[in-house]
Amino acid sequence: MRNIDRRKFLKSSGSAVAGSMMLPAFIQSCQGTPLSVEVQAYLDHFGIDLHLLQKVTDKALSKGGDYADLFFEHKTMNILALEDGKVNRAFSNIDFGVGIRVLKGDQTGFAYSETITPEALMKAANTAANIASGSKNIPTQEIVEAFPSDYYGINRSWEEVTVPEKIPFIQRLNDQIFALDNRVSKVNANLSDESAYVLFYSSEGVLSYDYRPLVSLGAFCVMEKDGQIENGYSSRSFRKGFEFLQDDLIELVAKEVVDRTSLLFEATKPKAGEMPVVMGAGGSGILLHEAIGHTFEADFNRKGTSIFADKMGKKVAESFVNIIDDGTLPDNRGSLNRDDEGNPTEKTYLVKDGVLNSYIHDRISAKHYQVNPTGNGRRESFRHVPLPRMRATYMETGPHTREDIITNVKQGIYVDNFSNGQVKIGAGDFTFFVKSGYLIENGKLTQPIKDINIIGNGPQALADITMCADDYLIDNGTWTCGKGGQSVPVTCGLPTVLVKKLTVGGMS
Amino acid sequence: MTQEEKYTLAKWAMQHALDNGADDVGIIISESKSSNVDVREQKIDTLKEAIQSSMSVRLFVDNKYSVHRTNRLEQKELAHFIEQAIAGTKYLSPDPFRSLPDPALYYKGEERDLSTVDPSYDQLDPKTKVDLAFQVEKEVYQKDDRIISVTASYSDHTSSRLMLTSNGFEGETSNSSFSLYASVSVDGGDARPSEGWSERAIFFDQLKKTEVGTTALDRALKKIGQKKIASGKYDMLVENLSIPRLFSPLISALNGYSIQQKNSFLIDKLGQKVASPKLTLTDDPFLQRGLGSHLFDGEGLAAKKRMVFNQGVLETYFIDTYYAKKLETEPTTGETSNLIFEQGDKNLEALIKGMKKGILVTGFNGGNTNGSTGDFSYGIDGFLIENGEIVQPVSEMNISGNMKDLWVSLAEVGNDPNLNSSWQTPSMVFEGVDFSGS
Repeated sequence: MRNIDRRKFLKSSGSAVAGSMMLPAFIQSCQGTPLSVEVQAYLDHFGIDLHLLQKVTDKALSKGGDYADLFFEHKTMNILALEDGKVNRAFSNIDFGVGIRVLKGDQTGFAYSETITPEALMKAANTAANIASGSKNIPTQEIVEAFPSDYYGINRSWEEVTVPEKIPFIQRLNDQIFALDNRVSKVNANLSDESAYVLFYSSEGVLSYDYRPLVSLGAFCVMEKDGQIENGYSSRSFRKGFEFLQDDLIELVAKEVVDRTSLLFEATKPKAGEMPVVMGAGGSGILLHEAIGHTFEADFNRKGTSIFADKMGKKVAESFVNIIDDGTLPDNRGSLNRDDEGNPTEKTYLVKDGVLNSYIHDRISAKHYQVNPTGNGRRESFRHVPLPRMRATYMETGPHTREDIITNVKQGIYVDNFSNGQVKIGAGDFTFFVKSGYLIENGKLTQPIKDINIIGNGPQALADITMCADDYLIDNGTWTCGKGGQSVPVTCGLPTVLVKKLTVGGMS
Repeated sequence: MTQEEKYTLAKWAMQHALDNGADDVGIIISESKSSNVDVREQKIDTLKEAIQSSMSVRLFVDNKYSVHRTNRLEQKELAHFIEQAIAGTKYLSPDPFRSLPDPALYYKGEERDLSTVDPSYDQLDPKTKVDLAFQVEKEVYQKDDRIISVTASYSDHTSSRLMLTSNGFEGETSNSSFSLYASVSVDGGDARPSEGWSERAIFFDQLKKTEVGTTALDRALKKIGQKKIASGKYDMLVENLSIPRLFSPLISALNGYSIQQKNSFLIDKLGQKVASPKLTLTDDPFLQRGLGSHLFDGEGLAAKKRMVFNQGVLETYFIDTYYAKKLETEPTTGETSNLIFEQGDKNLEALIKGMKKGILVTGFNGGNTNGSTGDFSYGIDGFLIENGEIVQPVSEMNISGNMKDLWVSLAEVGNDPNLNSSWQTPSMVFEGVDFSGS
């Protein structure tokens, strides 16, 4: 992350297009702990000092909790949207507050406040403290500043960018889509940017901060010919600043959405039933997210409700299968410099050489399993408690080629464009919805197919990955995971793989 | 905030926007409170409390339009927020179709109590809430050797919205809800089926407080041994709770945005027969204690009871002010309230009894509908029925088809509307649906 110096930080946070902050300045802490300029700027931003943090944490632990943390967040989001040819609507949202959490073993007490005053903080701390019923037994800790990593480079933060600078890109996206194909009848395009300041403090004395940009550009297009109407969607999303908006990005999204929609005019539904499925490189990573990722989340395993609950250290896939959940990919939508529990993120091998290697942990589950946290503690906002959540989930390259894999299939389907998926953790049944793909007949891609759901069973599908190509690709579309009613940005990726057998929706 | 503080702040914000270049303004102040307790293993797992408030500002500036929301309600900050928002709006392209609603269509403040809020919300003591969650858990805790995990929870929520517009609308809504939930996982060999059950009500006294845990357990145990069966065309009985997954694409196709943006498979179908004669339903905003009841919609338009489908004939679209202008028609409303279906004479058991061979769907797993074409495909689980009896739990199967055909194939409607939802869907039978399995 680019460290924003304090003066610029305060200036830039005041120039947001749709609103800015004017916070009361509190008198600085008289404690001697040396702090970086950055963390001090964050403390100032939220109008708090170290003394208050400790006082609130003490209050949170006053009834015998064994851990407490404070998550301060200030997020500004702006959306510009185009409909019927013009950028003619804007939305913005400012969200500000602090979540206070107290843990007692596996138990959680939680409250939040949208006003950050000493009284409001103490009140929320008192509410969260109620998870325990005793008296304080944790001594106050020395404050240790934990420095964030630098996984998202920002040349120009969204807070400095004005509306008229963004509009031409969205307009051009619309115009290019219309120019590419005369069947295009409607385009909806939008640009959403977000800037979040996060400050974290725990009763273990850990003080950290992060500045999180997030941007997404998407286009939905409708094409009509001879009474047939089809639609398609394409998007890209990164943790980047204004430099995200480039001419080649506009071209890429325009071409992709037109290609995707065009294909549907010739597409049909396949015959229903079980068949081999070749998952094309990229967005097919949704397979990992649904079939494997969620069932590896340690909260489900801690409760014994996951189908993978007793499979740690066991062989679950072919030896060439390596599955990773990674919070460190540069500029990736799923990356975090520190997770929402103040822990460093990392590249976590979930499956290594075909053996189940690690679950996806937050603080509670890591403690439960007596392992180190994996940096997967994430939350939608200060209003929510952290849960073990995925970041970027992908599979490493394997020994085969894409051509080998397709040639190998006599009758099956090839899929590479998806809209959504789901999993039932206990049964292990997962699904993903295929927007488009192709039939494979005698080793060749033939008839396009569309709008079918594919369903399989997680452990079975993982064991059924019999081939894996050398063309690993991360899909940088706007993926959002909605576990437990909390939305967090994620991504996924996959090389081309063959799943021996899945159940494909279609006609009888 | 007190009532008076809220009105004062909203009026001030509206005037501030008008003074700074807005031609028209809509202000909403929302406040909400909620609490939640989850219990596991006879201990509290999570205890949460929340209070929030925010303001949203709709701006009409030189025929340009934007919406802004913030939870920073201090006046000096709001002033700056509104000024910046107006400045940003001026850079947008004009949109001649944007305006506040026609004041003639507004709700005019007629008093009518729909009983959407429990006035005793704040009086409920925290111990009662925790005890209720424990009581739900106790119904099933260690009651069956196959239980792996039980999570029981109590939650409540209350909210209020004050809405003002610069062309004369003033209105306020308040709502509350109380709910109990249980989720039970059981050991089914390799798989660990998990099922949930919930009860929900606007009034605490009205909330059903028993058989939440036992129902969840019963549903989970019935799923042990689930497997997929052969692909083919089967009659499909969908349980009342699951109907919304199939019904929401239909409602979405009736929405003004979907029609104008050609993301609907029911364009130009008003007055036409688009579904089976068994499909008759009304949108009734005035239902006493209805979870979707309201006197005015999100724009301030006075609520009206409307027939949506009459024996399969489409009677109304859901069109707000903006899309009504774009479509050159009159607005109805942009949202549903309580959907009340005309019922048949059988409950779920009787519908099962009446089925020779078919599949009872009790849950959906992923899937989607293409809004433009109506093509759908969804993962399902449920039970195989033969000769009126449940013979086998099934899972890992898909249904596929087109929404237009599906709703024409509706053969029977149950008498078991789901009263825990604003969409009071009964169970329904569809004929000849494509299932994919083994």
